[in-house]
Amino acid sequence: MEGYLRADGRKGIRNIVVVGYLVECAHHVAREIALPFRDADVHVIGFPGCFPNGYAERMMERLCTHPNIGAVLLVSLGCESFNKYGLEHAVRSSGRPVKTVVIQAAGGTRASIAEGRDFVVAQRAMLDVAPRVPMTPGDLVVGTICGGSDGTSGITGNPAAGRAFDLLVRDGAACIFEETGELIGCEHIMAARAVDSGLGRELEASVAKAARYYATLGYGSFAAGNADGGLTTIEEKSMGAYAKSGASPISGLIKPGDVPPRGGLYLLDVVPDGEVRFGFPNINDNAEIAELIACGSHVILFVTGRGSVVGSAISPVVKICANPETYRRMTDDMDVDAGRILEGRATLDEVGAEIRDLVLGLADGGRTRSEELGHQEFILTYKTFEPIGPACLPAA
Amino acid sequence: MPETAARPAVAIADADSDARLLLLDLHDNVLVARTRIRAGEEIRVGGVMVTVDRDLPIGHKLARRAVAPGDKIVKYGAPIGSATAAIAIGGHVHVHNVKSDYTPTYHLDEARQHYADGA
Repeated sequence: MEGYLRADGRKGIRNIVVVGYLVECAHHVAREIALPFRDADVHVIGFPGCFPNGYAERMMERLCTHPNIGAVLLVSLGCESFNKYGLEHAVRSSGRPVKTVVIQAAGGTRASIAEGRDFVVAQRAMLDVAPRVPMTPGDLVVGTICGGSDGTSGITGNPAAGRAFDLLVRDGAACIFEETGELIGCEHIMAARAVDSGLGRELEASVAKAARYYATLGYGSFAAGNADGGLTTIEEKSMGAYAKSGASPISGLIKPGDVPPRGGLYLLDVVPDGEVRFGFPNINDNAEIAELIACGSHVILFVTGRGSVVGSAISPVVKICANPETYRRMTDDMDVDAGRILEGRATLDEVGAEIRDLVLGLADGGRTRSEELGHQEFILTYKTFEPIGPACLPAA
Repeated sequence: MPETAARPAVAIADADSDARLLLLDLHDNVLVARTRIRAGEEIRVGGVMVTVDRDLPIGHKLARRAVAPGDKIVKYGAPIGSATAAIAIGGHVHVHNVKSDYTPTYHLDEARQHYADGA
């Protein structure tokens, strides 16, 4: 394994130029800047809102200083509320090249696109010859999510991802599972796995918060396709989703943008704090993926039964297909055929080891199917969080 | 806490049921189809022969034993909701006869039926 050493000591498995728009009004210019480089590790992220939001500004800062990022171009319309000065300062302080193109100052769309592309060309030339340093599994942060789940997800793909987590945690990696709204019904068995009782209470409280939040909104974290795939209730979906966490002790509870302080297994609390506002906690799977990446995830393990096709900006997404019928129909989009467990052609342990090997291979030049297909989905919306409490990260 | 939820095996051997059905935990009152089973097929469930009354897609559940209204549905050794109707042994267990004990399940079955009928 080899990676790119950053000033903060973290190592990246990609060396991406990220183009970040700071309001929807700058999105088109950002997309046009990146277009000629679509196969050259130039990704677009951004925040559409014009009203200020501390969560979104922190997310953008964490994403722009992610270890997979080598240089940053910010695209501002000019009159939006986003604190572009603070973001540019944070990126510069991280040792990365950064430039802000302000469309209103540059003279409009054409001039901004030209100025932005010049910066990208110069950065790509430098990043493409950047030296790499040795890396170990202990340098990795790996996140997991399931989407388009069905009745096979909890039997094959999710527990296989859990076995991969067990192997990665054993080798020193930090692994993150999430979506407290899909742990409803599992809170007590999960709390029993916490490294101490204070953390166990925090884990239970995070799921209780999610249950309250979703009850207020009137829908669980459950899509119509989940029911088509044989899942009947949110509790059933939760029991399957919980299997992604594997069997390691739970070392901490973090919130979006918090980087795990050391190896181990962490729960990411994705449900906002305080009164219900701004709508659903995560409006789709990519909103959760963006939060896992903001916590430093180098790689995302994505388990699907119905057949999701998404990838992500910044970090590779490994697609683990739980359903053997779906795998045969959508083979090009899938990295791992976990459905063969159901057909007696592999064991959970074998598929778990295959996933682990695939993750380590991504730091040796390997590319995922979604990367090869050009998937770079990204979404960021409004939220509000309080910082985590002192019991959430017990000392090692 | 049953060991199976933390370290789930694929399934527990269930000699009383068809090999295409998975038993995930000894406490479960449902079995999971590991492949599609067609309506009209005769299969063994919990030691008795039953006729499958509708196509059972992969990953769907059927009752391992008779379930009464209000009974908990148990899968992975954990309750996943409550029965809203009596379910016979071998019957399809899904949104038409089970409800969540937390938030209602959203699905498009009625919309699909409505527009299929109108077409």
